[in-house]
Amino acid sequence: MKRLSAMFGVAVLALATCECLKAAEVSNSTPSQPAGLSTIASSAAKASSTGSDQPAYINDLIHQNWQAQGLQPSQSAADGEWCRRIYLDVLGRIPSVDELEHYLRDHTAQKKQNLVNRLLSDEYVEDYARNWSNIWTTILIGRPPQMRDKRALVNREGMEKYLRDSFARNKPYDQMVVDLITANGANKPGEEDFRGEVNFLIGNLDDNGVNATAKTAKVFLGLQVQCTQCHNHPFNDWKQNQFWELNAFFRQTKAVREGPRKTPEPISELVSRDFNGEPDSRGATNPAQAILYYELRNGQLKSAFPVFVDGTQINPDGRLSTVNRRAELAKLVTSSPSMGEAIVNRMWGHFLGYGFTKPVDDMGPHNPPSHPELLAKLATDFGSHGHDLKQLIRWIVLSQPYGLSSKMVNGVNDKDDPAKGEKPMFSHFYLRQMQPEELYDSLLVATAFDKTLRSADDQDQNRTQWLRQFTIAFGTDDGGDTTTFNGTIPQTLMMFNSDLIRKATSTSPGDFLDQIANDRTMSNADRINRLFLATLARKPTHEEIEWANKLLEARKGDPVGALQDVFWVVLNSGEFILNH
Amino acid sequence: MNPCNCSSSMSRRHFMAHLAGAAAMATPAIAFTNSLLASAADLKKKNKACIMLWMDGGPATIDMFDMKPGSATAGQFKPISTKVDGLQICEHLPQLAGQMDQLAIVRSMSTREADHGRGRYYMHTGYVPNPTIEHPSYGAVVAHELVSQMPQLEIPPFVSIGGSSIGPGFLGMTWAPFVVDSNGDVKNLNPGGGKDAMERMHQRLTVLGSMEEDFINEHRGEAADDHFRVLKKTVNLMTSKQMAAFKVNTEPAAMQEKYGKTAFGRGCLMARRLVEAGVPFVEVDMGGWDTHQNNFTTLEKQKLPELDKAMSALIGDLKDRGLYDSTAIVWLGEFGRTPRINGNAGRDHYARAWSVVVGGAGFKRGAVVGATNEDGTQVTTDPYTSQDLMASVLKSLGVSLNTTFTSNNGRPLKIANSGKVIKELFV
Repeated sequence: MKRLSAMFGVAVLALATCECLKAAEVSNSTPSQPAGLSTIASSAAKASSTGSDQPAYINDLIHQNWQAQGLQPSQSAADGEWCRRIYLDVLGRIPSVDELEHYLRDHTAQKKQNLVNRLLSDEYVEDYARNWSNIWTTILIGRPPQMRDKRALVNREGMEKYLRDSFARNKPYDQMVVDLITANGANKPGEEDFRGEVNFLIGNLDDNGVNATAKTAKVFLGLQVQCTQCHNHPFNDWKQNQFWELNAFFRQTKAVREGPRKTPEPISELVSRDFNGEPDSRGATNPAQAILYYELRNGQLKSAFPVFVDGTQINPDGRLSTVNRRAELAKLVTSSPSMGEAIVNRMWGHFLGYGFTKPVDDMGPHNPPSHPELLAKLATDFGSHGHDLKQLIRWIVLSQPYGLSSKMVNGVNDKDDPAKGEKPMFSHFYLRQMQPEELYDSLLVATAFDKTLRSADDQDQNRTQWLRQFTIAFGTDDGGDTTTFNGTIPQTLMMFNSDLIRKATSTSPGDFLDQIANDRTMSNADRINRLFLATLARKPTHEEIEWANKLLEARKGDPVGALQDVFWVVLNSGEFILNH
Repeated sequence: MNPCNCSSSMSRRHFMAHLAGAAAMATPAIAFTNSLLASAADLKKKNKACIMLWMDGGPATIDMFDMKPGSATAGQFKPISTKVDGLQICEHLPQLAGQMDQLAIVRSMSTREADHGRGRYYMHTGYVPNPTIEHPSYGAVVAHELVSQMPQLEIPPFVSIGGSSIGPGFLGMTWAPFVVDSNGDVKNLNPGGGKDAMERMHQRLTVLGSMEEDFINEHRGEAADDHFRVLKKTVNLMTSKQMAAFKVNTEPAAMQEKYGKTAFGRGCLMARRLVEAGVPFVEVDMGGWDTHQNNFTTLEKQKLPELDKAMSALIGDLKDRGLYDSTAIVWLGEFGRTPRINGNAGRDHYARAWSVVVGGAGFKRGAVVGATNEDGTQVTTDPYTSQDLMASVLKSLGVSLNTTFTSNNGRPLKIANSGKVIKELFV
């Protein structure tokens, strides 16, 4: 069975790379596969949709480590827990009560595969695309700054549009990497030559593109090189010349501002121009050997030509008619094993809470992975399956480690605690907090907010506006930012008193709580049930029913008010805000 | 008034009693803490505090505190005399020049982190970034050590104005910086809705408390405990009169003018108010120092006047109020800037030789520690690191350098990463 899958895998790869060169429509028939595949590949799609090519080695290699560490895994997560977890991790929001009950009613052996396939199918394509666009926008260009910078070269909506489109059609990951590295065009949607992906590089070209160099290496190859701009890296093997040799690939890239300066949203273009090389001491340049110079710490000048991180040199000609340096770079990146390992590490970290290295984008001999064989195998399989992100997701979420409870067992696996600096063994799920985007979208779901009433664009703008309050950017040249949304007092104040929570717990006629309170088909018990299912994906315990009833009693004459109290409490619980 | 003597771990019967009597409760009881109103006398006690003035981007200290007139690296500014014999600083810091007898300069800082992120982390924690440990920053450490001197403090012991500082690392979210902007506005502070709203809030919080405990007892991880801890801190904050300390705009106009009506000026004024209220650590951020281009224009026209006005006002104000001898001042950035001036009239990152300024608390007044060579490229005396600076700051506050913490992976870590005290900073 395994060898057949391998064959199908190769077929899928060939067709996937073909398809991504055309603008394929997402087909309605085959779930989550690029359109227009032959019947062989369709069978592969069907086979993978029943999970029959779930790599057994994922569980095996994790088990091996458990045995080596003398660990036993926790029990499996409860059904409701697992359902909530996977909705959060795949779609960035909790399930609605209907969605939860739908899952709970499936008593077949394939219940998990069934749900996973639905989440990765057209049924949820909008939620899926929006969630992964949020995630990758943050990775590529950071969170929205507090103050909207009108003069910025980066057009956030443009970046989001590219990502949403790409995830909606499940564009193979390697193709996305090629897009992000090589594209030229306008940054703003609506422009004739709009290419949203230019927004990645366009804001990183200052200073001869040192940030573009650093970010490309970090995001796509898992290599942290920014220190080596000035000297050899203190911990890993990177040398200063390697940084500048990588930087040389970006020297044909320019950002050009269009239109009069005073326009509210300036349009910028990313273009490629010939690079004639930096002038030598006599002021002469040699485009056929387009050189760049960098300074050692002692002031001595050194030269660099484009050389990739693995030592591959390319033709040093800087003229586009001979060599397109970014196109060459994209080829080198996408055929590097580091690319596959970096994305697998990142995705594993997204779902399991920790990658195989910490941080996920600092890989190398100085930071050995916790499960090197698993990382390498998954990366290889990912490549031979057309760099299909949905397939990778399927493998990860249907694995045993992803299905475990977060409850640790005293003396058995509580030493498996990466928060204390240990390498993760994945013997239980790791608690983690929702990202602010997830919180926002989950609140919409919990209050059964009717999405047809407002366009997705409106929702995005509101979310972005709400997110700004949490971002504090450093005004420095590396564009780093941090978020204060991380278990602190301001976040708690927001959950207590903000407009968002006020709206979510509103008791105005027609709102969620009012509807439940006035639904004559529901008993008090039903109502409390519903609030818990909508937020925590479980029914209340006896104790919780007791205090809820006491609240109802204390507020006799104001049943909606009592429900509001209960709702406010569950929304502010650790259990709500934590992904468990 | 019905003060509740609840401990933070509440028994079921107790909160049920609360609910039963909910309707009968006339005034809200503070369910989560035993906090009493801070007595005025206690607030006036001279608790130790630290104000960190963080210059984000890496200030060109070679143009400010360790000038090289006559050298190829001298730049465009001229030095002027100060209150300290033989000591000269930049002509664009005239007010600070008149206060140098209250401050001390360390000109022999020599560190190795010239990347913003790494430099920020290193200068805030005394450690270089490490994938397995998140180290606590100055603020978390000082707050942790000094908070017990002020048991009635209801507002956070670590406040960061205008920036996010570095977090508390393995000390836990309890010691995270409380971030406010320079207007002192704390978002979402009020539940709104008047007197009834507070009472309702307390009833809800009682119930929430029991939910939190149940979740914690399921033994899923520290994050659950952290969540509850922060909940309690938030409640204390909401109900505290000490929050008035943030209201910088209630200061008399003359005082606001003295500090300057800039974000940094307001931040420094707020820092003084917070220290008066008993907060042990305040960080005030000032950005825009990353002068790879137009170093001299930027410094002369914007950064130095703003800094000079606000910092000198702060020092004068602390002295006037008798707070200077119990408050350590630390002025620094991630690193300094290159002696060599680049092609854009700027200076780039330089960690090999740079300066920091300290003052107040137990520091020697008017000291000039260490020296650099003629063009400022090298330190010619004992070089000092972030750990050494941190050890010195802690000593000036009376914190024992034998203190150890247990990091998240169980390893004991000496406070200030075993840095050695810069002895020339002390009498």
